[in-house]
Amino acid sequence: MSSRVSTGARPGARFAQFKLVLLGESAVGKSSLVLRFVKDQFDDYRESTIGAAFLTQTISLDDATTVKFEIWDTAGQERYKSLAPMYYRNANCAVVVYDITQASSLDKAKSWVKELQRQANENIIIALAGNKSDLVAEHPDKRAITTADAEAYAREAGLLFFETSAKTAENVRELFTAIARKLPLEQAGNRGMRANPRQGVDLRPEAPGTQGGGACNC
Amino acid sequence: MGHDGEESLATSEGEEELANDRRTSPPRDRDDESTIRGVKEEGAGASPKEESSTISQARSNSPETEQEYRPPLPPRPSNFGLLREGSYSPGSSLQRSKNTSRPHLQSTATTALSRTDIHTQSYQDGSRETFAASAQTTPPSKAIAAFGSIKRIKGFSGSEGGDSGSVRSYAPTLETGGDVESLLGEVLGASQESPAWRLHSTQNEAPDPFDSITYEDDETTVDFYREFDEISAVAADGENEEQLLNQWKSKRKHFLILSSAGKPIYNRHGDDNLISGYIGIIQTIISFYEGAHNQLKGFTAAGARFVVMSQGPLYLVAISKLGENDPQLRVQLEALYMQILSTLTLPNLTHMFSNRPSTDLRRPLQGTEPLLSALADTFTRGSPPTLLSALECLTIRKSHRQVINDTLLQTRCETLLYGLIVASGRLVSVVRPRKHSLHPSDLQLIFNMLFEARGVKAGGGENWIPLCLPGFNKNGYLYMYVSFISAYESIGEEEHERVNESGKPDDIAILLISANKESFYDLRKMRDALVDELEANGSMAIVRSAVRRGRPTATDIVPGTVLRHFLYKSRANVQFTMPSYEPSFTTLLARRRLLSLYHALHASVHAKNAHLKVHHCISRESISLAWVTPLFELYCVAGPQASRNALAQSANKVIQWVRKEEERVFIIGGAVSLNSLDRCTIYKKLTPPAARYSEQI
Repeated sequence: MSSRVSTGARPGARFAQFKLVLLGESAVGKSSLVLRFVKDQFDDYRESTIGAAFLTQTISLDDATTVKFEIWDTAGQERYKSLAPMYYRNANCAVVVYDITQASSLDKAKSWVKELQRQANENIIIALAGNKSDLVAEHPDKRAITTADAEAYAREAGLLFFETSAKTAENVRELFTAIARKLPLEQAGNRGMRANPRQGVDLRPEAPGTQGGGACNC
Repeated sequence: MGHDGEESLATSEGEEELANDRRTSPPRDRDDESTIRGVKEEGAGASPKEESSTISQARSNSPETEQEYRPPLPPRPSNFGLLREGSYSPGSSLQRSKNTSRPHLQSTATTALSRTDIHTQSYQDGSRETFAASAQTTPPSKAIAAFGSIKRIKGFSGSEGGDSGSVRSYAPTLETGGDVESLLGEVLGASQESPAWRLHSTQNEAPDPFDSITYEDDETTVDFYREFDEISAVAADGENEEQLLNQWKSKRKHFLILSSAGKPIYNRHGDDNLISGYIGIIQTIISFYEGAHNQLKGFTAAGARFVVMSQGPLYLVAISKLGENDPQLRVQLEALYMQILSTLTLPNLTHMFSNRPSTDLRRPLQGTEPLLSALADTFTRGSPPTLLSALECLTIRKSHRQVINDTLLQTRCETLLYGLIVASGRLVSVVRPRKHSLHPSDLQLIFNMLFEARGVKAGGGENWIPLCLPGFNKNGYLYMYVSFISAYESIGEEEHERVNESGKPDDIAILLISANKESFYDLRKMRDALVDELEANGSMAIVRSAVRRGRPTATDIVPGTVLRHFLYKSRANVQFTMPSYEPSFTTLLARRRLLSLYHALHASVHAKNAHLKVHHCISRESISLAWVTPLFELYCVAGPQASRNALAQSANKVIQWVRKEEERVFIIGGAVSLNSLDRCTIYKKLTPPAARYSEQI
């Protein structure tokens, strides 16, 4: 509902804009994934996100298709939990991140998936990302969650699944591209403006509430 | 200083040795260095009356009442008549009376900043205990003692100051003894400091010590740089524990925060396991005095000053070997406490501990350690805004600032509460509701988060941050939109992060604060409009070039001056201005020494019974001057070879300069949104704290 698909200047060119939210336990690498995706950078030492950060990145799927992500990178700490609905409310897609060296982080990821499936946009596309695969490449004994287990869970819950490394950039681009490919680019009639964060009916004239496709979760 | 009335504290031997030739006050009792001295704040030597009055004061500051607490009128010594003897001229009635608000001084539009009301915005000089307790506590003998030294400096004027004025003319009283001495210990290179710190003073013999520090690159300098090194974790077998503990002990400054049940919450250096023994000891000591209903405020042990602050369920402890005094350390602890409130809000904090006194606060605070550490390190490096409890503004022309203010007002959206433009830690412009001002301590927290800690900036995007501004309202959250604009590139190209003289990246931040947690997109739209407009009318270019220019040097301000550096605080505006640290104070150590000197000057003129207007201090490494009037505070420093006349003349020139430039270096009034929300609406709109504690609101 917050996506925007329009035909650009060139005939046949498509441009779509989607809202994406990152969720997961603190210190699993959400911000690092985003920084790698948006700026192709990596910080070995990163301080915790405070509140949430909002970034955008545009990718081309093919010559004719461009997808712009509006990314909400949320803080993983428990105290920010009550703010999460504001970020996923109108999201078209979500990346739920866990740390493959921390068993508990997958449990947290599962509870986020459950919450998204219950509360968020009905058609939301969820990807599960097992981050920090570089740690395991160096020391295989650090792995706490096997690829097979996570993959089985992802299949069962209907999620995209990747093991990623923000540090080495492994699978980061692939993750976001796979999401973009799964998004409903063809719903060309849906020309909702930028994600409208307000609950309830919005009477402002500049935001025509074309609630196409997805269910209204207000 | 020394409102806390530590008596018989911290008479340091080295200090006496060094001070013998200058000392103007009778020597104090000497204590054994290794014992804990003067443990009680209002104990030893105080009359029972004094003690009880202070304690009741402390109680009235308890969390339940502090919201409504207003400091009573400024302390007037009951034996004031004694002070009137001798040459106590009528003019001296202008001496600062600490706690009066002076509405008549703010005859121009009210400023954007206020410092009243919140107990935690304690004045640098006097913690809030002062307010009530000091009214009757000065025994006549002390008053006279204090007064005796005041007389010595009566005759100061711009061009002449008697020789007596050059003596260490602070007012030593029994009340303030501990504080002032430990401070002067710093200035005079006395034994309050750690041996390593004292080593720095070996340059005292050099003709121009501040200069020599500039070029210095020997071990002692390197040592202070190590102050901020991480202490690694304890090895599994505990083998490196002793080495780590030594490393821990070599730090010159520590901050510890623990719960009253003894659970560690935060410490600056090393992990909790390493120092759990010390946490236990400090908790035992504090609760021993709590048990006796005699709150422990501070003590000295092994050359380190320990200051304890108890805030509801929390104990905050500062341990300093840098020669800061108690009120100054207490201001720093207040700031750390404010940071915790800013994360949790007061109702959440009290609720957690009333439910479960053994709450482990580390979990709810998770992720904010970098903010606490950034604050702590700012204090360890030395921070003029903290010392003066004031803000620094970016110097631009009045008309330019007016354009920026107008642009902010034009573009402001209806959910906006405060809008600020900040450039590398200096305020450029502010828009605020008419009835609300912004509290310096709140701004300090915000600036610390944005410009000292790396977390927010490193993300590289826009940010939406729930935070509580305790000075504004400690019971609920506000939401802050933050976006950075590089001062060097045009918008969108923020890759190159250059670092200015004070180590902060030269970035311009747009801060838009709202009480509505859903207003991100509104504020974002406002930001876009604001930035477009500022770019279009040329204001952004003006701000960028002002940031790039940096602060002027002292000689730019007063050509040919002997001044190395100065701090000028406008009291009515709660703002200060200062020249660049260059060229004399470029190193971390030189700057720390400068700030220590400022701390000492500040302590002297703010000492409770030192009714000083002018304080002149000569040491082997510098001559310096503190000058306090109801309008301003000026602290200035020159090299040791400068004459007193030259210093005084320069001080006058600085005053003239500020008078001329006042509307450029300070923000007078700020932009007030006339159709502002009134107080009630804002409180109604305040969002209750997040998550499970929301029923508290």
